[in-house]
Amino acid sequence: MNILPDANFFQKTMPQTEKNEYLLEVEHLSMTIERYEKGLNPIRQAVIRDFHLTIRKGEIIAIVGASGSGKSLLADAILGIQPKNAVVEGVLKYNNEPLSDKKKKELRGKEIMLIPQLTNALDPLMKVEKQVKSFLKIKNKRKLEEIFFQVGLDKKAMKQLPANLSGGMVRRVFAAMALASDAKLIIADEPTNGLDEEAANDMLRLLKMLAEQEKGIIFITHDIEAALKIADKIAVFYAGETVEIVARKHFIRGGAHLRHPYTKALWYALPQNGFQPFYPFQPSTTENSRGCQFVEHCPKAKTVCKERHPDLKTIHGGDKVRCFYA
Amino acid sequence: MQISQLIKTIMLRMIKFFSILIMVIVLSFTLVSFSPVDPIQSYLGAEMMVVSETQKEQIAEYYGLHEPKLKQFFKWFSTFVQGDFGVSLLYRQDVLTVIKERFSPSFWLMSFSWTLSGVVGYVLGAIAGMNEGKMVDRVIKTYSFILASTPAFWIGILFLIIFSVWLGLFPIGLGAPVGMLKADVTWFDRLKHIVLPALTLSVVGGANIILHTRQKMIETLNSEFIRFARAKGEYGFTLFWRHGFRNTLLPAVSVHFATFGELFGGAVLVEQVFSYPGLGQALVQAGLHNDVPLLLGIVVFSTAFVFIGNLMADILYTVIDRRIKPGETV
Amino acid sequence: MMKEKRIVEKVKQSKTQPKSNRSIVVLKLVGLLSVFLAIIISGFVIGTDHIEANMSAKNLSPSLMHPFGTDWLGRDMFMRTLKGLNVSFQVGLLAAAASAVIAFLLAVFASLNKWFDHLVTMMIDLFLSVPHLVTLMLISFVLGGGLKGVVIGIALTHWPTLTRVIRAEIMQLKTAEYVHISRKLGKKRSWIVKRHYLPHVLPQLFVGFILLFPHAILHESAITFLGFGLSPEQPAIGIILAESMKYLTAGKWWLAFFPGLSLIFLVALFDAVGNNLRKFFNPN
Repeated sequence: MNILPDANFFQKTMPQTEKNEYLLEVEHLSMTIERYEKGLNPIRQAVIRDFHLTIRKGEIIAIVGASGSGKSLLADAILGIQPKNAVVEGVLKYNNEPLSDKKKKELRGKEIMLIPQLTNALDPLMKVEKQVKSFLKIKNKRKLEEIFFQVGLDKKAMKQLPANLSGGMVRRVFAAMALASDAKLIIADEPTNGLDEEAANDMLRLLKMLAEQEKGIIFITHDIEAALKIADKIAVFYAGETVEIVARKHFIRGGAHLRHPYTKALWYALPQNGFQPFYPFQPSTTENSRGCQFVEHCPKAKTVCKERHPDLKTIHGGDKVRCFYA
Repeated sequence: MQISQLIKTIMLRMIKFFSILIMVIVLSFTLVSFSPVDPIQSYLGAEMMVVSETQKEQIAEYYGLHEPKLKQFFKWFSTFVQGDFGVSLLYRQDVLTVIKERFSPSFWLMSFSWTLSGVVGYVLGAIAGMNEGKMVDRVIKTYSFILASTPAFWIGILFLIIFSVWLGLFPIGLGAPVGMLKADVTWFDRLKHIVLPALTLSVVGGANIILHTRQKMIETLNSEFIRFARAKGEYGFTLFWRHGFRNTLLPAVSVHFATFGELFGGAVLVEQVFSYPGLGQALVQAGLHNDVPLLLGIVVFSTAFVFIGNLMADILYTVIDRRIKPGETV
Repeated sequence: MMKEKRIVEKVKQSKTQPKSNRSIVVLKLVGLLSVFLAIIISGFVIGTDHIEANMSAKNLSPSLMHPFGTDWLGRDMFMRTLKGLNVSFQVGLLAAAASAVIAFLLAVFASLNKWFDHLVTMMIDLFLSVPHLVTLMLISFVLGGGLKGVVIGIALTHWPTLTRVIRAEIMQLKTAEYVHISRKLGKKRSWIVKRHYLPHVLPQLFVGFILLFPHAILHESAITFLGFGLSPEQPAIGIILAESMKYLTAGKWWLAFFPGLSLIFLVALFDAVGNNLRKFFNPN
């Protein structure tokens, strides 16, 4: 993996003019899923509610949250590939243009690309090489080989069926796909999950490299440490909503720089900060629940927190937080 | 490595098959020996009246009918496993010869309709699965549920009424025109006589494959690799062709092979409706006219037929499994 | 503007919202059962005088008087069909019930020890390795046909799949905590079977029994059609359809069309009842 080009190479070619334009803006994004439990009435579950995100070119934003908090569905919602029984609402803009479902369909795999979480995201019956090639515009064989070389995939692996590759190898295949695509926005859904430390670091380096190629990266993960290694901003995801968006430099300082009690708890749970275990239960998010999602676990909760739902407010330094008392 | 695994699977199946076959033979023989049918009467048929008691006694002696049942069985069994299935009382021919002759038209009938129902069933099932919950899906699902409750012979009768009686497109029945010498029957004659029975049999056989393919397609479409393929911008027919088709075809073919039992049963009924001179009709005749040797012969033959279907299904499953989980052994 | 958009989408979505699932299942069940009862009761009520020969009304095509037409003896096909369905129902009831009992007994037998389990599995394989219809013909042949032959034949051929289901269920129960406790408390096997196994598998047994019905009825009509089943005097659907074959070329389509359609209706009805019952007991 030491063959990655150094960061400066890309810095030089970076066009500075567009820097302030958002690549993707997400406002009030919500997803409701209708499901049946025990054959009774359908239950409508809000898996994502009032989600906000902005991302620029070359920026890595980590979305950090516990497993089961609906992070993968977030990727689906942005890509427009949500399950049939899901309803997505909200305003999405891509390059300042509204991102409708039709537009999403056009952009999928071209402008917006997914790095999936599970290794079974490859068709079990198709050779890896064919799966990589099948959707790419690059017919230039040399360029493709260069990419495989960059991510550390040999030719032999490419001729295999997915089941014959290790988890780390499959992630490299995903990375190669993202590299070879012309995508400007890459959503990496738990790309380091299940990898050993070395392979995970390789993956993080690849993500960094993609960002240096002027691509915006949404890095979905439950691993804060991994997020802190490469992300510019951390969006903390709890029970289907962003509770806080903090710049990385603020997050690592911790303490007063973190406003939301959940974020604070996450910070204190980091090994270097005392390792205080904190696993708040994800509340079931049926749609009628009023008030703050975190109220049951919050040390600061007052009556108002039970009755009203706090909005995401911008605070000093450009960070955002969803709490009445921040 | 993989091939040797496959051979092992097949060998195990064969061993199981032969043990089951022996059980089928023993059980059938036992059953038949308890039947109230008088073997001498079924042997003589209408001649029963004109044959004297002494002659009957001689026949009984010849066939060893006075010996204990167990001894009779072993005598019969030893000739049976040597490939001598006895003589059909009805056709006055070697049972194996009758089966061979009769299976040929049945084989064409069954392969024709098996292929047709497979292709049409797969297509319908795939369409339904890809449109889960929509109108098309509901129509196809209802169609196959109704089909599953429809007797094969009734569809045959219906087709006869519509296509032969009303529209006059096809002959009423039989395998070839009546009164024609075997040598004079053209392939076109045969084709005309096979179309309606085969169509009937394929319609009946479609329900299972439709419902299975639908289920498998829904499962596949919910898989992670379809999600990723969609994220990569694939949709519609490309998505189906590249991922859906590949992942549902082999399981569908495999399941279709496992329906040989129903196929055989369906053929018996359809042949009866269309007076189609196949093995099924021979079976019905054997049963109705107490032709025990032929009956037992066909029971054993149909067991082998079902086994071949199941074996094919097993082999296909092994192949699929090996591609998805190469390390594991079955 | 945002708010407006959300409201619009909410309205759109509420349209496709299905009603309560469970009450639909119950409603369907009630509807299906009442139709079914109507068919069966009418079959019992109709006397033999309704299907007696009437030479003044031979070979009539369907009309208001005779909705299914009449046959070559002037018998009303609608009445014959209802009678036939009734016979089918009785045969199906007997055979499916017997099959369900066999399935339960074999499943319990298999649970006693490893060898019995092997034996039962082997028997299942054995019965599934010969085409159903062929086994059925063999058994009917041996028993000399008739009602007895058909019922026993169907009962003896339809148990394997249900046995598999019940066997798996009892296997699971065997390892359950409360069964262990009962065993440790020194309860007899028969007690455990009666108090633990039977109540637990009863719903499945019942649903299995209902779902066996359609198969039993279809096989009864098939075997009767082939001439192995019920005798020509009995007003069975299989007999009606076999007889109709002789009159097809003469254009008497109604002799076959309506009776067959009614049979499909009855079978589909049972299938629907069975599937709804399954949903009722096990919503997933």
